[in-house]
Amino acid sequence: MKSILKPLLMVAAMAMGISSVAILPAQATLELNVNKGNVEPMPIAIPDFQGGLGPQISEIVTADLKRSGLFAPIDKAAFVEKITNPDATPRFDDWKVINAQALVTGSVSKEADGRIRAQYRLWDIFGNQQLAGEQFFANDANQRRVAHIIADAIYEKITGEKGYFDTRVVFVDESGAKNARKKRLAIMDQDGANVRYLSDGRSIVLTPRFSPNRQEITYMSYESGQPKVYLLQIETGQRELVGNFPGMTFAPRFSPDGQKVIMSLLRDDGNSNIFAMDLRSRSTTRLTDSTAIDTSPSYSPDGSQIVFTSDRGGGSGRSQIYVMGADGSNPHRISFGDGVYSTPVWSPRGDLIAFTKQSGGEFQIGVMKTDGSGERILSSGFQQEGPTWAPNGRVLMFFRDSAGGPKLVSVDLTGRNEQQIPTANYASDPAWSPLLE
Amino acid sequence: MGRIAALTRNPAMIALVAALAITGCASKKTPNSAAELGLNGAGAATPGSAQDFTVNIGDRIFFDTDSSSIRADAQTTLSRQAQWLNQYRQYAIVIEGHADERGTREYNLALGARRAAATRDFLISKGVSASRLKTISYGKERPVAVCDDISCWSQNRRAVTTLSGAGS
Repeated sequence: MKSILKPLLMVAAMAMGISSVAILPAQATLELNVNKGNVEPMPIAIPDFQGGLGPQISEIVTADLKRSGLFAPIDKAAFVEKITNPDATPRFDDWKVINAQALVTGSVSKEADGRIRAQYRLWDIFGNQQLAGEQFFANDANQRRVAHIIADAIYEKITGEKGYFDTRVVFVDESGAKNARKKRLAIMDQDGANVRYLSDGRSIVLTPRFSPNRQEITYMSYESGQPKVYLLQIETGQRELVGNFPGMTFAPRFSPDGQKVIMSLLRDDGNSNIFAMDLRSRSTTRLTDSTAIDTSPSYSPDGSQIVFTSDRGGGSGRSQIYVMGADGSNPHRISFGDGVYSTPVWSPRGDLIAFTKQSGGEFQIGVMKTDGSGERILSSGFQQEGPTWAPNGRVLMFFRDSAGGPKLVSVDLTGRNEQQIPTANYASDPAWSPLLE
Repeated sequence: MGRIAALTRNPAMIALVAALAITGCASKKTPNSAAELGLNGAGAATPGSAQDFTVNIGDRIFFDTDSSSIRADAQTTLSRQAQWLNQYRQYAIVIEGHADERGTREYNLALGARRAAATRDFLISKGVSASRLKTISYGKERPVAVCDDISCWSQNRRAVTTLSGAGS
């Protein structure tokens, strides 16, 4: 465990070592309104960054922006001007003729102390001006993070929304035959790079979720024989059982302030109710008391409400989505569509609830407003479930089981841009981290 | 306890222990023959062994989609299980509840638990001591059939009564 986790420690330490300097702020004229229904991806030109490491960095930036679905990187073969000095004003007309609306130039060099220095400039081609410019210093091992940070900066400058590229995903790595599947906790960058394993696969592990400070995850494991909810410190590998309940605990999730874990507890009669445990005082609070399955609780970002799954209304198997106060008050059903609803997750922006819906023999990933109105299905498939939000609330990741095993898939809120996340093995139960600081 | 646990690895030895264990109620001590169990000698397993339970009694019952109700066919199986378990009291029992893949992971953990509890409660109603019974849910994480159609899903919606050596 220690040897696996060592690199994480280093990353965390070095994260603080990334410093940025604005080169030349300018007024934004280049804009992409992501709130319009149909966003045409913006043509953007990203020539290889200068310097030995430059092309690697610019390639990651390009891949991030392309995967977002909001940008259409232009084939480098079409470029007219060859960028040799990334600090010089480009020949805007040369980029207009290939219809680039934005241009990103940059360079990466090694400092005397071994750090890398990466800088970029974002140019507004039709506005004939520089829109942004920053430089970053980082340790070698943080190369990919620097690229993601640059991609986030470009995304934010052009869309006005926070980016989500400098983030990680915890998930369950799955290998082996379906009836003898080995499941391991794993963590990776949002683009599938830098995979590290956090458990050895001897016990079934499920449903990992990040704490708001990204330092811990809560998850469920069969390691004691009975399935139970645990906490894991990512950096140290330290684990602890959450609560001292007699039966199975499952479906854990942190409160937005990180002080509580909310989860389901199995009752002796075979039903499941929702409890919250305060991680400091260790006190537990019962939030539901029904002869039903109440599970998959998720807090609103302000911590005042909880959305959850329950079959209290329609008998066994007809699970629906309910919202109640964080103290368990006033539970009320919000899903009324034709189908079975589960795994509701409140958007980090607070405006939407993502869910899994079973309808017509299919599994769908969708979103609805927090009062249940405005349901939209973003993705349908034979078997898929378990959405998690990107920290900017514009993209969901979930897992889809097809052709032998599950894979991770992301989809944006338009439902038009679906991408499979590359993983070496099968993968399920993704949970997106907050933005790294 | 440890001794019995060790012995359970050998079905022949279990039968011996079983015979010893029930000397207190001599009138009920005669083991059911395979014929009495309606199996016409088909099961070669030693009466009272775990193999006997699995092969001749049936260790699992099946459920309808999204349901934890004990079906009529399952009641027959569980009644047979209860009779056997009441005869061979040295076993502790863990009931595993399972679900098919047509549900989300967390919901299916709860559904598997509900099925295990329903099975446990039925066995208790047939006289099996609650202190011998534990339950565990595997949700949809341990399918026995791995194809993607109805025939498989129906095999995976199950509760399996598993025997462990010593009561706790």
